[in-house]
Amino acid sequence: MAQDSYPADLLYHPEHDWARIDADDPALATLGITWYAQDALGEVVFFDPPPVGTVLAKDSPYAEVESVKAVSDVVAPLSGEIVAVNESLTDNPGTINEDPYGEGWLVKVRLSDPAERDVLLDAAAYRATLAA
Amino acid sequence: MSSQAPPSLQRTPLFECHLAAGAKLVDFAGWEMPVSYPAPRAAPGPSDPIVREHMVVREACGIFDVSHMGQIETSGPQATELLQRLLSNDLALMPIGGAQYSVLCREDGGVLDDLFTYRLDSDRYLTVTNAANHARDLAWFQEHALQFPDARVDDAIERWAMLAVQGPLAREIVQAISDAPLPARMHAADQRLAGAQALVCGTGYTGEDGVEVLCAPEDAPALWDELVRRGATPAGLAARDTLRLEACFHLYGNDLSTERGPIEAGLGWCCKEDTSFIGSKAVRAVRAAGPAQRLVAFAIDGPGIARKGNPIVGGGEVTSGTLSPCLKCGIGLAYVPSERSATGTRLQVDVRGKMRPAVVKDKPLYRKGS
Repeated sequence: MAQDSYPADLLYHPEHDWARIDADDPALATLGITWYAQDALGEVVFFDPPPVGTVLAKDSPYAEVESVKAVSDVVAPLSGEIVAVNESLTDNPGTINEDPYGEGWLVKVRLSDPAERDVLLDAAAYRATLAA
Repeated sequence: MSSQAPPSLQRTPLFECHLAAGAKLVDFAGWEMPVSYPAPRAAPGPSDPIVREHMVVREACGIFDVSHMGQIETSGPQATELLQRLLSNDLALMPIGGAQYSVLCREDGGVLDDLFTYRLDSDRYLTVTNAANHARDLAWFQEHALQFPDARVDDAIERWAMLAVQGPLAREIVQAISDAPLPARMHAADQRLAGAQALVCGTGYTGEDGVEVLCAPEDAPALWDELVRRGATPAGLAARDTLRLEACFHLYGNDLSTERGPIEAGLGWCCKEDTSFIGSKAVRAVRAAGPAQRLVAFAIDGPGIARKGNPIVGGGEVTSGTLSPCLKCGIGLAYVPSERSATGTRLQVDVRGKMRPAVVKDKPLYRKGS
């Protein structure tokens, strides 16, 4: 997508990641990178998903996304264990640019400490960090 | 991602052109340089600016600001003698109006820089230096000029802006504003481009046909705008890097350093030890004995992108790596043990803990029509 966008239903980490808490299961979250992150990186040409079962620690890198020019760490906004990865990104990593909050999701995680969500930012607060 | 560069960065005469085009600017060797330009509105083709600029140069014509590169003018009755002592190639082979590639070596054969030198007249030469090495090169030239009282070394960096116009349409676009036929590959000529005096050189760093143009700094913006108006697409340093890596041209600071000699870097072809240049003894010895490591081109077999600094399993390391926009796989240059440098040899690259299989390839990695 060409224009910046930060959906209100997501939670944001200052390292430019988002989390969507499942509507029916507060201990299940989908993770991805923000519009700002994909724009700064340029076209994503490679995403190597970590295997299902990988344990994520909040604020630590758990995967890498690469553009032609550079490789960037993806930081876990929440702690937990990966229960699903977006396999379609292996062949079409550019989906992360085209639809960062939808088809470009990275992993789904079973949260080990759902209360961690309380320290994440809402869309307005995340936007404010970008303007700073 | 910072919006303002520190004020200490140098700017080229084309800085305002880059700003007007909305370029993304970075610090490169102390210069505030365009890394890429935003796509024109609703432009077709790749969405990534680096890939788009890369493909424009492969398929049409790109224009690069390379005014950060330095120039040293060497002149006088002993100019040839001095350069023969400094540069690895044989200056006697270069006609007036010719161009020559060489390396500048220390006594131990370590490479101080890789350089293009243009012979402007029988005893006048212009040598183009890498931005990061210019001051060191100049000091080296001046120090050794003391033994050649009839040679004069001048820092010419303030005298020249430099544009590279590259791609299959580059010559046609530049020819249309020149007052004379463009020089052939590896030649240079004084011409007027759109009325401005310029040194036009049949050289480049992309693996494509094209020219490099040196002109007065005050003439550069109008020349840039005129070439862009005639169809040359501005391209930044990021595309320049992916283009040169596909063509397997060395980047000083990555693939060349004072810790590496020209033979192991695969630059023995531009070293003529019989001229007794500084470092020739060391180069001769390495050539005879064979280097312990050699710089090879490689392609990753499967997913993954190797980057500078990634170790090669069993010895050696990647010195340049990227995703090739033309080959659509990870490519790079790496120093490997000589016994594992033959084309077809299988390597394992340790890419941040993941082993990526790779294959040693012939240079260049990309060739027109391949």
